[in-house]
Amino acid sequence: MENSPLLEAALPAEKGSSLWRDAWHRLQKNKMALLGLGVMVTMCIAALLTPWITVYGYEEQNLLLGASPPSAEHWLGTDTLGRDLLTRILYGSRISLAVGFIATAVALLIGVIYGTVAGYMGGRVDAAMMRLVDILYALPFMIFIILLMVIFGRNILLLFLAIGAVEWLTMARIVRGQVQSLRQQEFVEAAVSIGLGPWAIIRRHLIPNTLGPVIVYTTLTIPNVMLLESFLSFLGLGIQPPQSSWGLLISYGVETMEEYPWLLIFPGLALSITLFALNFLGDGLRDALDPRAAKD
Amino acid sequence: MARFILMRLLQAIPVLLVVITVTFFLVRLAPGGPFSAEKAVPAEVLKALEARYQLDQPVIYQYFSYLGDLAHGDFGPSFKYPGRSVNEMIAAGLPATAELGLYAMCFALLIGASAGIIAALKPNSAQDYIPMSTAMLGICLPSFLLGPLLMLVFGVWLEWVPVSGWGDIPGDKILPALTLASGYTAYIARLSRGGMLEVMSQDYIRTARAKGLPEWKVVLKHGLRGGMIPVIAFIGPAFAGLLSGSFVVETIFQIPGLGRFYVQAAFNRDYTMIMGTTVLFATLIILFNLLADIVAVWLNPRLRDLYRSGGA
Amino acid sequence: MSKAKEDSILSVTDLSICFKTRNGLTKAVKSVDFEIARGETLAIVGESGSGKSVTCYSLLGLIPQPPGVIESGTAQFTTEEDKRDLLSSDKATLRSLLGDKIAVIFQDPMTCLNPYLTVGEQLIEPLCQHKNQSRSQARERAIELLEEVGIKDAETRFGSYPHEFSGGMRQRVMIAMALITEPELLIADEPTTALDVTIQAQILELLDRLKKQRNIALIFISHDLSVVASIAERVAVMRAGEIVESGDTQQIFQQPQHPYTQQLLASVPSGPKPRQSFQPGPADQPLLRVEHLKTVFQGSSAGLFAPRPPATIAVDDVSFELRHREVLGLVGESGSGKSTLGRSVIQLIKPTAGSVSLDGQELTQLRPKQLKPLRQRMQMIFQDPYASLNPRMTVFDTLAEPLLYHRIAKRKNISAQVLALMDDVGLAHADIRKYPHEFSGGQRQRIAIGRAIATKPELIIADEPVSALDVTIQAQILDLILALVERHNLSMLFISHDLSVVRSIADRVLVMHHGKLVESGATEALWAAPSAAYTRSLLAAVPHL
Repeated sequence: MENSPLLEAALPAEKGSSLWRDAWHRLQKNKMALLGLGVMVTMCIAALLTPWITVYGYEEQNLLLGASPPSAEHWLGTDTLGRDLLTRILYGSRISLAVGFIATAVALLIGVIYGTVAGYMGGRVDAAMMRLVDILYALPFMIFIILLMVIFGRNILLLFLAIGAVEWLTMARIVRGQVQSLRQQEFVEAAVSIGLGPWAIIRRHLIPNTLGPVIVYTTLTIPNVMLLESFLSFLGLGIQPPQSSWGLLISYGVETMEEYPWLLIFPGLALSITLFALNFLGDGLRDALDPRAAKD
Repeated sequence: MARFILMRLLQAIPVLLVVITVTFFLVRLAPGGPFSAEKAVPAEVLKALEARYQLDQPVIYQYFSYLGDLAHGDFGPSFKYPGRSVNEMIAAGLPATAELGLYAMCFALLIGASAGIIAALKPNSAQDYIPMSTAMLGICLPSFLLGPLLMLVFGVWLEWVPVSGWGDIPGDKILPALTLASGYTAYIARLSRGGMLEVMSQDYIRTARAKGLPEWKVVLKHGLRGGMIPVIAFIGPAFAGLLSGSFVVETIFQIPGLGRFYVQAAFNRDYTMIMGTTVLFATLIILFNLLADIVAVWLNPRLRDLYRSGGA
Repeated sequence: MSKAKEDSILSVTDLSICFKTRNGLTKAVKSVDFEIARGETLAIVGESGSGKSVTCYSLLGLIPQPPGVIESGTAQFTTEEDKRDLLSSDKATLRSLLGDKIAVIFQDPMTCLNPYLTVGEQLIEPLCQHKNQSRSQARERAIELLEEVGIKDAETRFGSYPHEFSGGMRQRVMIAMALITEPELLIADEPTTALDVTIQAQILELLDRLKKQRNIALIFISHDLSVVASIAERVAVMRAGEIVESGDTQQIFQQPQHPYTQQLLASVPSGPKPRQSFQPGPADQPLLRVEHLKTVFQGSSAGLFAPRPPATIAVDDVSFELRHREVLGLVGESGSGKSTLGRSVIQLIKPTAGSVSLDGQELTQLRPKQLKPLRQRMQMIFQDPYASLNPRMTVFDTLAEPLLYHRIAKRKNISAQVLALMDDVGLAHADIRKYPHEFSGGQRQRIAIGRAIATKPELIIADEPVSALDVTIQAQILDLILALVERHNLSMLFISHDLSVVRSIADRVLVMHHGKLVESGATEALWAAPSAAYTRSLLAAVPHL
């Protein structure tokens, strides 16, 4: 509700502290989560600005140089074709982050809508909808994704779809559980007894209260998705060369790790640091948004 | 309870049917057949091959004929390895995969559960942060990265353990099992920490303390059972996941397991082999989920009563 | 006091405890002294947050440290064999006393017994731990004791799990568990608060008898002055971490010295409803008419193929009328179906059969859209002021929602209307932008009441509106409700398990038992001469000051 303009005229009263603000204060106390947030922000900015901040092109080869260890010209060294590793990692981050965010958004959209509908409708509709989720859970998804990728070729759109299709299930379950327990809360009964319609109840009373767990789960889904993409690329089923992705770089690194270990270690570090940052951020958010923690 | 198990098994049939159907048609929908990769196959040989594997028949006919064979437990002949049946190949690959999965599960449970319990006993202390941050490593170092890294450090640089092989030299099973276990260890550690924290804040734990029981008894006798319920629920799906996810580790460490066969089969379009492994994995997932549910019911007296009293 | 001096079992002096919180140190207990003798019952009375439980738990080492810090104090515990200071004892010593010489009974028998272990297993634990008894010896003793606390068929019940017992039976098990090692000091923390009034009476009687037989010293922690009056010999009144007054029960209840004690006693609802300046409307034109109402819950199964619990008939053929400007009390114990009846009347739950009509208009057949204009005329106040407010909406949002939704207020003058509403329920204007979690329980209930009266309804269903509140706050909210009823010509169905509260507010009373109405009548007439046997047992069980 756009209360502020209505209120400004009437009252100069002190501001209340919303649960969001409280959560933000709690998050600020969590050093690891803040570090995670910082790393992610830096990484996103770097990924966005990659074409402008890199000295070398990602395809630029220097066959004379070959694989060289880290040096002043090439901070993280070069690969067997003499391509600058830092540049390739930065370009790879664009793909990895994009897949992470887009596929998560797909999962978020499907999961939240599906879960809210199932949880709000309840009864038979809910039972049928959740039965579908159960069945999908029983499918060996990893195997299906591999199959899809092998059969229909390495199509990035398909990759998004396939990953989104896996990740929405858990999101739907979480949202449905939340909505179901919220529906029994007295404040929702109060809204019903005021006479609010289903849409108003969902919009004003249910969704704002499911936001916490959804945000937390989203933060934890992004690393899962990035992992999946890297994994598929590692198997040779994701991004195609000469484009680079972290999984692809790691896969090349493994082939040559005995001679040129930095080709494995640096892309691996990039992936792990990102996963660490997102997981710490997710955990921090979980603690910050936990209603039980909010009481003291 | 028997009724519950029966219902669940009956419910599994349509799920399996969906899996079979989707896989069957997906594989055949794709451009390219199992023999198209081989360049120098004369037309008549190709025809003979197709006739032999019934590929010249209508797809619907193939589908029902496959279902019929499946009902007898026959996965059919491999398209890529003439003269070998899929059943034989699964029988050859499954033991290594199962063994690897079993070791990994043991590692994951032992290390994960103890780390989680230790962390939960003193939340927000060093005793919490150190095991849990270590567990986070397991999540953030995926197996396709951890495996090569372990190989590099312990196999190539330190030369403590062999870098590949399975059952050839003592100790060659340690690295693959650890690699496969790492992610699951981390999840189990987090689940048991969460479960134990939840349980240890319950009123009945205070009752146990008020009886003057020593702390270890409070934790092990009164806390553990409730605290491990989320872990138990996770083990079923996790074990299925371990088996179907082991192909990375199998590929990296060159273990002759089922997962490696599967990836090869997918690349080779070995229809029957793809079908066979997919059906097997789906069955395993369903069975392990059921097993986890049964154990969860058995652990919880309240649920046990509900199921014993019957009704559906 | 003299008795305590001679035969003191526990003597606490200068006990101070604080807790480390985000905002620094909070003093929970401030220099508390008390003493208890063998065979004596000392009640520690106070409202929530007064530090009464913390005081006792700190003696037993049961408060988590950190955040708890015991700043000062001694607690001399004198047994037949020796004497020691509980607060300076190490953990092992304390553990050897706990569950042996000192035993505790907790409030909620639902959550205080381990659901994963059999009752027997939990019962014999203290014996095996402290008396080195074998399991079979312990088992024999446990069965004896189970019979003594009134559990029939103890032999087989020994192997049952807690969920197979009712609330009252579970509390009997708790008592048996506490007494099994023949302790000398028993601490009972609100042992009857979670129980129905008839069960409460039984448990109090049992506790009193066992205590006398065994000459145990009993510390009885409670918020309920009426309960305390019936069981304790001495009383200590706590407020904000301090004992403000202590002494003989008789003397404290009859001549309270401290103003807080006086306020507490005055807040306990007692006696009939104060006279009102107006009369309920005529009986032949009721505002609400309920006829043969029946609500059945189909059990819903936990999973797809999980067994489905049997259907329960929550409300069974209930008929009654509510006049204009009448406060109709609805009393019953937990599970009697009174809340379901309230929700069925206001159409939050669709009744299975029967009719509900508001001012002659039938409600049960209406679709949600048709019901909307009628919703304005009937509102509900809920029990739990923590759960009944949306945690993400400010006071303004909560109060403005019904006004805007029913187009009672225009956006232009909405804040003026919200402020008027806040005045009506006694909230400060400055709090308009605050969120629910920033308020105390009583203030939250004021917000919820404000929301209910926002649409100027005629009918209000109040479902246990004061049960979650402390007694002094409860008195304030009851006063507010009565004032609002008078000011706005409200009719109210007031649902409560607390008979004294209902008596102090209702014109007429309905008594519900197992889904059926067993009796109805004018409040005072019913109190004077209850006709149904159930009503009689209910009234007899109510503790008095």
